[in-house]
Amino acid sequence: MIPELGHVALIIAFVLAIGLAVVPMWGAMRRDVAAMNMAPSLAVGVTVFVAVAFALLAVSFLQDDFSVAVVAANSNSLLPPIFKFSALWGNHEGSLLLWVLILSGWMTAVATFSRGLPLVMVARVLSVMGVVAVGFLAFSLLTSNPFERLLPNTPLDGNDLNPLLQDPGLIIHPPLLYMGYVGLSVPFAFAIAALMGGRLDASWARWSRPWTNVAWGFLTLGIMLGSWWAYYELGWGGWWFWDPVENASFMPWLMGTALVHSLAVTEKRGVFRSWTVLLAIFAFSLSLLGTFLVRSGVLTSVHAFAADPERGLFILIFLALVVGGSLLLYALRAPSVASRVSYGGVSRESLLMINNLVFTVSTIVVLLGTLFPLIMDAFSLGKYSVGPPYFNAVFVPLMALVMPFMAVGPLSRWREDTTRRWLHELLVPGLGVLVVAIVLAPLGSEDFNVWIALAVLLAGWVAVGVLKGLWRLIATRTEGGLKWRRLTPSFLGMALAHLGFAAVVLGAVVVSQENQERDLRMAVGDVETLGAYRFELMSLRQQAGPNYLADQAVFEVRRDQELIGVLMPEKRRYFASGRIMTEAAIDASLWRDLYIALGEPIGEQAWAVRLQCKPMVRWLWLGALMIGLGALVTALDRRYRSQRSTVPAAAPGVAAVAG
Amino acid sequence: MHPVRKQRLILVSLVVVLSSAATGLVAFALRDNINLFYPPADVVAGKAPTDRSIRLGGMVVEGSIERSDTDLDTTFWVTDYEASVPVRYSGILPDLFAEGEGVVAEGTLDESGMLVATQVLAKHDENYMPPEVAAALEGKTASQGQPFLP
Repeated sequence: MIPELGHVALIIAFVLAIGLAVVPMWGAMRRDVAAMNMAPSLAVGVTVFVAVAFALLAVSFLQDDFSVAVVAANSNSLLPPIFKFSALWGNHEGSLLLWVLILSGWMTAVATFSRGLPLVMVARVLSVMGVVAVGFLAFSLLTSNPFERLLPNTPLDGNDLNPLLQDPGLIIHPPLLYMGYVGLSVPFAFAIAALMGGRLDASWARWSRPWTNVAWGFLTLGIMLGSWWAYYELGWGGWWFWDPVENASFMPWLMGTALVHSLAVTEKRGVFRSWTVLLAIFAFSLSLLGTFLVRSGVLTSVHAFAADPERGLFILIFLALVVGGSLLLYALRAPSVASRVSYGGVSRESLLMINNLVFTVSTIVVLLGTLFPLIMDAFSLGKYSVGPPYFNAVFVPLMALVMPFMAVGPLSRWREDTTRRWLHELLVPGLGVLVVAIVLAPLGSEDFNVWIALAVLLAGWVAVGVLKGLWRLIATRTEGGLKWRRLTPSFLGMALAHLGFAAVVLGAVVVSQENQERDLRMAVGDVETLGAYRFELMSLRQQAGPNYLADQAVFEVRRDQELIGVLMPEKRRYFASGRIMTEAAIDASLWRDLYIALGEPIGEQAWAVRLQCKPMVRWLWLGALMIGLGALVTALDRRYRSQRSTVPAAAPGVAAVAG
Repeated sequence: MHPVRKQRLILVSLVVVLSSAATGLVAFALRDNINLFYPPADVVAGKAPTDRSIRLGGMVVEGSIERSDTDLDTTFWVTDYEASVPVRYSGILPDLFAEGEGVVAEGTLDESGMLVATQVLAKHDENYMPPEVAAALEGKTASQGQPFLP
């Protein structure tokens, strides 16, 4: 009974979403206040019914109702309850439901926090999001119904959740990532609404900006968690594989990075308007493309679930409609009059333009590498694969190119600035960073590593720019003391994010350059060394978990006779599926991670073992965490709040319609 | 020059410089870093190049996995039920690598026709088959005759 109720709730949500897509849009066209006023209620209605469907599916999972196909395929009675719950989104149907739930969550958020906006804007924004919701609910109901039953042949027990996914990381990684992915639909909806109303101005950018920053922040956090999860769970200690599905989340992130910066210019200076709109359209289109790549199974990837051509076709058509429709609208309605505001070649605008160009080009090269095998295959030109060397060769130089400008950004002035002033501000600290880079580079390894020197130089340069900008803001010449009050959330968020970016670059370069790895055969009593560390295999034993049996190896790690830690990597066999999984053991610290993973048993008492020492690998995730948190902090800025209170509360709809 | 024109000129030249740099990089990077996929039948027929890295995909032949007792060397045969190719790999194999399962191996062919693999990928999910392998096996099943081990 419960699954049927869930199915009905999903159908009701679908009908309400159609209402949301049609009625307020029609109202905005006919200036019908009553129709437009329905938008928030309809959005909340969709959310409620999707949430009910989601909750009922969760109940089916928790109650081990194996007559439901997805539960039977992805859960098991032995699974710990928390994983029964997260198994809900460890499969195609359930993760799609999560997608829709988060989309409706964003709709409700927009409906709640946009009371100060002109009614016609709110109506259009919610309506556009309603169109997206209709598309995905139809997708869910028509091609991947999560409530499908296996009657009368109900299995006695479930197939179990893929052991790779039985991990705390999976509980939070998909929801966070989807928050970002789907969140990009908000700036998209704002852009489309603005195009429809012909209202592309600074206040539009101010409404759109906090949403964009928050969505982009969540996307950053989601990608970070995915990278971290892959690192400790997949068992070979990599943190980024340029896997097509990683790229699928990374492309909207790159586009979103350009968008976040371009919106800043549009809000502050009223320029780059058409460009900003285009970026918003592309960023969301890339998230749809990502969904297509993941859900259609066209690519070989960790994330691909069983392939189904019908599903792929559905998303492809939806993608074509969304992209085609919005680009058509853009062509018809984009402001044809060039903005009258001008800016000099040496100014903050120009620096942000460089950011935009670099990130757009980066998106294009990643897109090219990701789609190249698909395109060649579609034209029967052979089955190619494009590997990490391609992406590293094109992506790394582009990032190195943008970093010299990043330091200048926070110090620069809008409209007109001089290179002499920049030089005056940054010459001395820049030289200091150069010296530090040259001194630091040989540490940790025997010889001078030019790549590490370059990374320290660029990361230090970015940090110096941010700190100098911070100092300019809070230090005063006339009165003594620091004016912390001048430190706005906007600036603080930017500073955090830029410092985080520097940390990511530093971590990525150091761990890539100085990673030490040995694959070897070890028996009990064997001692191997890796750098300064001594690894001794003390014993082998068997360990039982709730739904698996593990072979466990116990290692003692010493440095100069001092015991650093006892590491216990495992090889698990899960009962329900019989699947084997490697559970790596990690000794983590800020400056280096020690990583041990078991391969296969060799002979009687020995195992294939992979030992790794990964310096500064944590900096990657800490840096990404700073970027994500920085983005979230910017949304707290007072000007986004005061914006709302300045609009008269009485009859805002009428005023907006009149205007 | 008029400031707006100057601005446009800067923008246009930046776009030109950046996009040509990017195109150059892409062309350069693609030249060496793409691998063609070959099913075993094509490799045995001599259609695969020996001077560069390729991807080989198919099923791991039952009973063909031989592990060394002293180091991490493993050899196995990959088949598409039409022909089989031997593969040698030194290192830790993925968890889902097993006899009778789909696999993609990346590496170069030596003179004897053995693929010296630098990377071995197995499927990640039991319902999931890498698309290349699925295509290579299409229309060929084990019932057409057991794969042979020369």
